[in-house]
Amino acid sequence: MKQEAVNQYMDRISGRAVTAGAVAAVVMVIGLFLDSSAFFESYLIAYLFWISLSLGCLAILMVHHLVGGGWGFVIRRMLEAGARTLPVMAVLFIPVIMGMSDIFEWTDEDVVAGNYILQEKVKYYLNEPFFIMRSAIYFVIWIGLAWLLTGWSYRQDENGNLMLNRSMRIFSGLGMVLYVLASTFAAFDWIMSLDPIWFSSIYGPIFIVAHFLTAFAMMSALIAWMSRYEPLSGVVREKHFHDLGNLLFASLVLWAYVAFSQFIIIWSGNLPDTISWYLDRSANGWPMVTILLALFHFVIPFFILLSRFSKQKARVLMAIAAGILLFRFLDLFWLIIPTIHDGAFAIHWLYFVTPVAMGGIWFLFFTRMVKSKSILPLHDARFEGLLSGKEAAIHE
Amino acid sequence: MIKSDVKSKLYGVVAEFETPDQLLVAARKTREAGYSDMDAYSPIPVHGLYEVMGGERTILPWFTLGGALLGGIGGYMLQYWVSVIEYPLNVGGRPFHSWPSFIPVTFECTILGAALATVIGLFAIYKFPQPYHSIFNAPGFKRASDDRYFLCIEATDPKFDADGAKQFMESLDPVSVSEVEP
Repeated sequence: MKQEAVNQYMDRISGRAVTAGAVAAVVMVIGLFLDSSAFFESYLIAYLFWISLSLGCLAILMVHHLVGGGWGFVIRRMLEAGARTLPVMAVLFIPVIMGMSDIFEWTDEDVVAGNYILQEKVKYYLNEPFFIMRSAIYFVIWIGLAWLLTGWSYRQDENGNLMLNRSMRIFSGLGMVLYVLASTFAAFDWIMSLDPIWFSSIYGPIFIVAHFLTAFAMMSALIAWMSRYEPLSGVVREKHFHDLGNLLFASLVLWAYVAFSQFIIIWSGNLPDTISWYLDRSANGWPMVTILLALFHFVIPFFILLSRFSKQKARVLMAIAAGILLFRFLDLFWLIIPTIHDGAFAIHWLYFVTPVAMGGIWFLFFTRMVKSKSILPLHDARFEGLLSGKEAAIHE
Repeated sequence: MIKSDVKSKLYGVVAEFETPDQLLVAARKTREAGYSDMDAYSPIPVHGLYEVMGGERTILPWFTLGGALLGGIGGYMLQYWVSVIEYPLNVGGRPFHSWPSFIPVTFECTILGAALATVIGLFAIYKFPQPYHSIFNAPGFKRASDDRYFLCIEATDPKFDADGAKQFMESLDPVSVSEVEP
């Protein structure tokens, strides 16, 4: 299958992302020497954004193997490329470990000594060696799943063995369970433990929904743009955008649902150990951020995506997806910074620079992976009609 | 029953197909041949069929949106009226107008309003309920709810002429073509 146009486009993305990323990385290193704690905060925001994208790709890939659907087929190679960036994300986790003492309160012995609940938590769970070990386990699970599923898919391109679809489906069912477990614990460790006393049992789903939202938004934006190029131009149609738009819409509503569920339970309980998290966000300019988040991360895209027109037109879908990606950063900012700064408002120029630097690395590996394989899987029996143009002939 | 001038009294001409793909192709060709008054009958939803037949956008979603907004706003106002104006209760020292606790009920009322408006809209637009329809006279039509796909060109079509329509439908490679009595 010819895909020079797609590859050229990938080169363009990669070129721009790497240039922007390299400039940002230089500025970021300067920032690291100027203010190391601001650097590690910005690093956590950036890291959680980009790993959400990689994990979202893996999760959507498994969902696609389980339920099928043309929408998943047209973005499958990009999902696989996204899932294959996970080892890079594992390496990029090292600075988080190095900055642990700057961002995680429970690493501070004085803080722990003054609180008996924390003493018990640190003894059994929240201690540095176990934290690192758990993170390693999450990465083994995620990378293992990504490698198995993408490996089979790439092999099917070569040998056309249809039994591989069965293996991919079965492993996706099992993989979904492992993925949700690992991601729930990762959410507890990497974000919830910023406030080591506070707890919220819906925190895992909040993190997981963010994966789906980030990845659906990025994939919709990319496929909307790439659908102009061969060979995708002959395959991707309005109905695929419509499906992706609907899935983006569903993830958005689910995000609002879990975020609000956490709020209403804690607000109704109004107990000292848990309400503190919302009190941190109730003064010093944070209510403004909350309102912006509610409006631009939910209400406005919700009403735009209600209409069939905005889901079917590639340009409109792309604009909404880009907007959602931008406001994902605001959500992470809102989740992380008030807790670290105990409710004081803090914003630093590094918060804008570090995500760009990391994005350069992510896109470098992503585009290289996309280019190395056929942009559409070659031998999936379920989508032969789509590939041969038979389906298009019936519909048009 | 007086059977003079049968042809002008036909409901239409129906063709029977074995697969949804055949139905899609037939609907597209029929439309291309210049027929506009047609309807398809299928046991399963066939994606793209409505568009292929040249179906116009329905106003049903506006019923849904209207019902949703009405339900949501109404639900919120009902709670406000009950807990702030008519019967204010002090629950754990919370303000009477505790908007977070109103949201779940508002959400449910939104769904209820949307669902009811959709059903009412369906009845209004598509003239439900309809216990009799001429298409039931088509031979073997019961299989439209089992494993066969039907396409009917209706006599109301300006281009309709029973023999011409029959001849045209034979060219679509159907299982059978038959006239439908009104």
